[in-house]
Amino acid sequence: MSDKYELHEHDVLVIGAGGAGLRAAIEASAEGASVGLVCKSLLGKAHTVMAEGGVAAALGYVEPRDNWKVHFRDTMKGGRYLNQWRTAQLHAMEAPDRVKELEEWGALFDRTADGRILQRNFGGHKYPRLAHVGDRTGLEMIRTLQQHGIHCGMKVYMECTVTRLLVDAGTDQSPPKIRGAFGYWRENGRFVVFHAKSVVLATGGIGRCFRINSNSWECTGDGQALAYLAGAELMDIEFMQFHPTGMVWPPSVRGTLITEGVRGEGGTLRNKDNKRIMFSYIPELYASETANTEEEADQWLRESTSGIASKARRTPDLLPRDIVARAIHSEVKGGRGSPHGGVFLDIFSRRSAEDIKRKLPAMYHQFKELGDVDITKEVMEVGPTAHYTMGGVRVDPETQESRIRGLFAAGECAAGMHGANRLGGNSLSDLLVFGRIAGLHAAKYAKSQSVAPLDDGEIAEASREALAPFERVEGPNPFLLHEDLKDKMQTFVGIIRTEEDLKKGLEHLERLKDASARVHVDGNRHYNASWHQAVDMRNMLVVSEAMARAALARRESRGGHAREDFPEMDKGHFSKVNVVVKQTATGMAISEVPHPDPPAEIQEVLEDK
Amino acid sequence: MDKKATLKIFRGDTDGGELKSYEVETYPGMVVLDAVHDVQAKQEPTLAVRWNCKAGRCGSCSAEVNGKPRLMCMTRMSHFPEGEPITVTPMRSFPVIKDLVTDVSFNFEMAKKIPPFKPRPRDADGTWRMKQEDIDRIQEFRKCIECFLCQDVCHVVRDHQKTNFAGPRFLIHLATLDMHPLDTLDRRELVKDEFKIGLCNITKCCTEVCPESIHITDNGIIPLKERVADDFFDPVRWLVGKVAGGEKKEKARRLPVVGDRGASGSSTIKATPAAKRAKVE
Repeated sequence: MSDKYELHEHDVLVIGAGGAGLRAAIEASAEGASVGLVCKSLLGKAHTVMAEGGVAAALGYVEPRDNWKVHFRDTMKGGRYLNQWRTAQLHAMEAPDRVKELEEWGALFDRTADGRILQRNFGGHKYPRLAHVGDRTGLEMIRTLQQHGIHCGMKVYMECTVTRLLVDAGTDQSPPKIRGAFGYWRENGRFVVFHAKSVVLATGGIGRCFRINSNSWECTGDGQALAYLAGAELMDIEFMQFHPTGMVWPPSVRGTLITEGVRGEGGTLRNKDNKRIMFSYIPELYASETANTEEEADQWLRESTSGIASKARRTPDLLPRDIVARAIHSEVKGGRGSPHGGVFLDIFSRRSAEDIKRKLPAMYHQFKELGDVDITKEVMEVGPTAHYTMGGVRVDPETQESRIRGLFAAGECAAGMHGANRLGGNSLSDLLVFGRIAGLHAAKYAKSQSVAPLDDGEIAEASREALAPFERVEGPNPFLLHEDLKDKMQTFVGIIRTEEDLKKGLEHLERLKDASARVHVDGNRHYNASWHQAVDMRNMLVVSEAMARAALARRESRGGHAREDFPEMDKGHFSKVNVVVKQTATGMAISEVPHPDPPAEIQEVLEDK
Repeated sequence: MDKKATLKIFRGDTDGGELKSYEVETYPGMVVLDAVHDVQAKQEPTLAVRWNCKAGRCGSCSAEVNGKPRLMCMTRMSHFPEGEPITVTPMRSFPVIKDLVTDVSFNFEMAKKIPPFKPRPRDADGTWRMKQEDIDRIQEFRKCIECFLCQDVCHVVRDHQKTNFAGPRFLIHLATLDMHPLDTLDRRELVKDEFKIGLCNITKCCTEVCPESIHITDNGIIPLKERVADDFFDPVRWLVGKVAGGEKKEKARRLPVVGDRGASGSSTIKATPAAKRAKVE
């Protein structure tokens, strides 16, 4: 087999074409950069299409009291104050402009009675804040960005997988510097080298590491692993969001997402005794702002959705996702779950059939077609599903640049914005705000640089690594290894963790790493699914190991990281550090970095009542 | 409770291929895509198939199941009579790349030819006011997941791939732009001359296969045909429009010229072009 390659040159290479990647590519193009946009799938199919409920932005159209400060406060609280304050501040301040900009490019959000963008309630957001289009907001966003982006002059490389970043390692005096990326066309297996001045990683999440997950096949931690292997740092990688409401039955769709918008529209969680469960799980942190009776919760819902400044407190059904997910887990463990190991989500007794079909059409369709359930007449069965990773590549809040010069990251694969737990709706706004910032700074950086020369040895090594599975005569089947990994991560690094489990998990990961290094694939390089799976396994193993090790290091429970052996949120040490993972000569190294304190004026915003 | 089902899956590439039979164990709720994945994991690791969300949102897993264009992720195995084999073949309007994967680059090229949305200025308060009832119709069109099943089933696309006939997917996109309350560009001349809407003879095959149940023909193509016809063939409507000032859209007469900033070649969408395939070593 040949190790020849195609060569493409760009100022800015964006890897990943979901919301963040497209937004970055649009911005870099607008700056006049020559932009290449690489995606593993066809354009417009990225996991952003699965985002349902909405995009959070303090537009203040439904609730005039809303503004960036309230959004910022909600975000920091939802993240249990482990977010990088500057990232969360930029996000809250810029999100409204990013949403309005989508309208400029043709997006059509649902409207208020006076013709402006309608906003809905969502978990952890004090006011109705999510601009939305029924329950298909992500589709609207990606299509808008795609239709705008293809006319901006960027070159799109579809069905192309990047396997290595190309980096000039630098010296003691000069930092490491990006010079491109190495990959292959999925269609024919031919190699591609992208020679670029800057690279933006926008590859999304890592959900495919878990047995029960809401993610598409693409979410295999590529950006996180590429950055780690190139010498960048990962941060907050122990925090995994289990979305409280995935489908649990039938087995074929276990884990498939049910939007939080169902609860935003009034849906309630109930156990087998038909009791609303969330009133029993209101944590101290949220007690003062959460309704403790059904009457108050319903009053709040009624008023807040009709533009009345409600004096009632928010329903506990819309507590942040980590709290709701663990509540469901407890109900099931306590024997009060639904027949298939979840709890019930009821919208049919709360809203008219017509409302449900209009506001939640995709949910109606999904349950009808795949679950034989008519949600206008029956309850849904729901349970937690691995959904989103708060951690990712450690970047500078102002520019989204990693410790490698010219390497940027945005969206789910970057860390800092969400701290220990992400609020629903903040991912779509994250994509827009930081996609733009990353694209802007990647283009600016590219303008200031001459391109670093390629290194033949580095390319030859990348090509050898990619072809290794073909060279072996026999070895494990990559699909079965992946199944094994999903089971082990679900069991040992899942929603509730212990030291013992995490250590067992790490033993399994060692075994899987060994097996993965011996993996064999048959056939040729022509659209070979088995080869693609083998390549993705390396990345999933990197992020799985990073997650297990970081989880072991954080001896407390906070947001998307719950330790049975350390059930409390630590007010001391662990409230002041972020866990960082980095590759060293001896393997994966874990360290703690101080969590930056906000300056006085931002602290005041945080403490404002 | 596990039962078995037989799948006949097309295996092959540009040089041709054949149906091969596989037996899979079924389970509750199983969809055709699950069965294809089961074959891939346990029997044929090199089997090529596209998929992403497995929830009917992304439109990646389009294929023909027993000859009907469908999303494999939304097609339940229990939909078919027990004991009879289920045939899974690639979309027939697009060239096969391998197994169930086809070359759909035609669609991405067509998308680039459509002049993009061009809004009127914002209202004085910085917003754009639109009534919900004025956008209900095009929100229906924007449910499109670009599965291209409508393109697959359209006989005009099949017969006229070398002409510029846009196909149902892109006529719907053109209808969306035409009916968008904020858009200022008049694309009707292009719809007629470049995208050849006249070739559609309203057999409604596209509407029948749309997994999002978009009324492609009734709500999109027919009104668009009428608007194009009004503009060009109805002098009375034209005069009324002029007097009432109803038509203020700027005319788009040419296809857009896309700037080329790529250092290595033209700024084109590169979706597995045939030329590239020829170079496989």
